[in-house]
Amino acid sequence: MRAASFAPNGAPPRYHAEVAHLRSLAAWRRTETVFWIAPVLLYFLLPRQLVLFSQIAVMGLFAISLDLILGYAGVISLGHAAFFGLGGYTAGILAQQGWGEPLSGLALGGLAAGVLGFATSFLVLRGSDLTRLMVTLGISLMLYELANKMRWLTGGADGLQGVEVWPLLGVWRFDLYGRTAYCYSIIVLFLSFLIIRRIVHSPFGLALRGIRENERRMPALGTPVARRLVAAYTIGAIFAGIAGALLTETTQFVSLDVLSFDRSAEALLVVVLGGAGTLYGGIVGALALIVAQYLLSGFTPQYWQFWMGIAFIALVFFARGGILGLVFRIASVLRRIVGAASGARGA
Amino acid sequence: MLTVLFDGIATGALLFMLALGLSVTLGIMNFVNLAHGSFAMLGGYVAVVLLKGWGVPLLWCLPAAFLIPAVVGVVLERTLYARLYGASPLDQVLFTIGIVFVSMAMASYFMGAQHQIIQLPPYLSGQFHVFAGFDVGIYRLFLIGVCGSIALLLHVVLTRTRFGSRLRASVDNARTARGMGVDVDHLFAITFAVGSGLAGLAGALGIEILDLDPTFPVKFMVYFLIVVAVGGAGTLGGPLVASLVLGICDVAGKYYISEVGAFIIYTVMVVVLIWRPQGLFGRPVVR
Repeated sequence: MRAASFAPNGAPPRYHAEVAHLRSLAAWRRTETVFWIAPVLLYFLLPRQLVLFSQIAVMGLFAISLDLILGYAGVISLGHAAFFGLGGYTAGILAQQGWGEPLSGLALGGLAAGVLGFATSFLVLRGSDLTRLMVTLGISLMLYELANKMRWLTGGADGLQGVEVWPLLGVWRFDLYGRTAYCYSIIVLFLSFLIIRRIVHSPFGLALRGIRENERRMPALGTPVARRLVAAYTIGAIFAGIAGALLTETTQFVSLDVLSFDRSAEALLVVVLGGAGTLYGGIVGALALIVAQYLLSGFTPQYWQFWMGIAFIALVFFARGGILGLVFRIASVLRRIVGAASGARGA
Repeated sequence: MLTVLFDGIATGALLFMLALGLSVTLGIMNFVNLAHGSFAMLGGYVAVVLLKGWGVPLLWCLPAAFLIPAVVGVVLERTLYARLYGASPLDQVLFTIGIVFVSMAMASYFMGAQHQIIQLPPYLSGQFHVFAGFDVGIYRLFLIGVCGSIALLLHVVLTRTRFGSRLRASVDNARTARGMGVDVDHLFAITFAVGSGLAGLAGALGIEILDLDPTFPVKFMVYFLIVVAVGGAGTLGGPLVASLVLGICDVAGKYYISEVGAFIIYTVMVVVLIWRPQGLFGRPVVR
């Protein structure tokens, strides 16, 4: 009973029960192990589709970083692509200028995005939801314009040419089949996921959820709301930057598209499609979206945009919990049926 | 110099008409309608189809460019938007982004991805020379005239009629207005229709100036939001001043410092929002 050692002297028994409950929520489940074995199996089962799966990993990481801000802290951002793009361009420009070491590129991409996230968090956290929407959108558009106009640095609308990433750890080259890229993305995704999962289940994560539910009440419980939100926004930005850098390194290319409004909207869609506030929702949503995109890619791009729009509308009206919400609902119904059956047998 | 100022005012007048509907939607229902630009685009394409396909003269296209978006607006408002009043901003944002994507896809499917170019009638094209360095485009003068008279008309409706006072009451405090027997839902449906119609009209008038193509709703989303954010929701004067300033800044920025371009506008928006989150002219929101 480690929980007991944290309890204040004379804490009521209820305190222990609540801590135990929180711990049980944070515990690693068997289904999660199964979930993370899947990418290992995919490597052997579908070796031709590794490029696609790397994309899913990048999109998933990007979505998880937004989920931290949106699903946990409840801050709506229309400009999360700013951090993704900044991370991507940072890693890309470094590699183009002759520093193609992937791990440090990843770290610097995350750092650059984190600095921007920290600086802008103070602006974002002022005002109402509408103001936040506009400020986040405005900042990402500023960055887009900046990248568009600074042609000498970013290549402008043509994208950044000549990105050369060195072999991973000096050993594994990024090959044409995307094997290295796949393993690299999955490992980065997994490690980032573990960190974010730890954050979400910490008292800090609990405070974020409290702020999401009732921003006015949290100060009364002793939570410094502004400071928590700044921290959450910065952490989200760092991981978005890492995701962007990961995309650059695995594709060896960056274009303006990483900073676009569509990219931010896509991340929103992925998070809500998978299920906001669940972390796994980001990965599931990315999987669903990119597989759908792949299957529909035979049609024209307008076709794809149309269905994406329909997906947005349908999600709002019919499936607010997203895919995972649906899964949880089915699971709870099944459990009830099983429970009823075993209860009947007992009687 | 004066020419730039004049063009800026014309663009500003257009932006005012484009954004007005959004300002009212936001003011009354507190609804974040990111899809407002889709109605403007619809109006623009209605005009293009009538003008090019059927050979209708431009002036006769304008009523249609008002009516069709207004009807589509009210149908969507009654069937879909109305269900989301009072829903979380996230739902509203997702839903209206969905509308934006669908409208963009449909526009490029039916009309193609290219910029639409229209032939102005001879009596609206050309420009006259006032004095050295100041040329007035006739079409832009026409634009300012149309937008100006509509603004005047709206002002009279808002301040002198019963409908106007009901509307202002609802913007100030929808709950109290409802308590006083104002049918806010009905009022809102009408306002939504008029707002969408005005956006459509502006979209049609602005085919020349704003470059109508399927990316229109996203391209101008920020402009609408800036007008509303800077001008404050639910008034006429605030958005008018905001859109004129925005129009002039935009034209001047593109003319003199094109390498910086749209960057200035976004910066201005972010700065204003930090300085006064409720808008330059907005009153503190009472809910």
